[in-house]
Amino acid sequence: MKNRLKVLRAERDWTQADLATALDVSRQTVNAIENGKYDPSLPLAFSIARLFEMQIEEIFDDEE
Amino acid sequence: MNSIKGKSGDREKRIRAKTVSLAIWTTLWVLSVALAAFGHELFWGSNNLVNILVILLNFGIGIGMIMANINNLREMDEMVQKVHLEAMGISLGLAVVGGISYSMLDATNVIPFDAEIAGVITLIGLSYFISLLINLRRYQ
Repeated sequence: MKNRLKVLRAERDWTQADLATALDVSRQTVNAIENGKYDPSLPLAFSIARLFEMQIEEIFDDEE
Repeated sequence: MNSIKGKSGDREKRIRAKTVSLAIWTTLWVLSVALAAFGHELFWGSNNLVNILVILLNFGIGIGMIMANINNLREMDEMVQKVHLEAMGISLGLAVVGGISYSMLDATNVIPFDAEIAGVITLIGLSYFISLLINLRRYQ
């Protein structure tokens, strides 16, 4: 699944570690999501959306 | 830099505490296995009551080790949990399939020695470790 996490994070000048701390996950998990290697669970996707104050579908795109 | 609201900054500390707890329980369990296996030869002879008590102690510590492992897993985030659970699935499957094959090699006298449980435990440990490394690389 594609996502805009890397771009959104860069726009806010946050590091992967900052984002990982805010989401209470490891930096490796943030990296894997950004690279499309891991699709987050629904609760984590909602946490990401809340953090960026956006809708989930504005961040994640389910087209391969 | 825009501020970011951290939910918790002590995640690493929590995981480290759980890992240390697991290491302590595992060490105690290994020591209790050694005591149960060699204690009767070195210390108390063929006293069955002591043997039973030491084996019960070993079993109890083993339960503690399992609980510590579960607590350690629960502290990990969802992706790392997935990596560990997949590795556990592979090592459990290999333990069943490999263990039965190993046992049949012994039963049919294809191997000139007895199939020992230590062989299966080594297989579980190695397959878990290798699966973990492969899975972690997959998500990098």
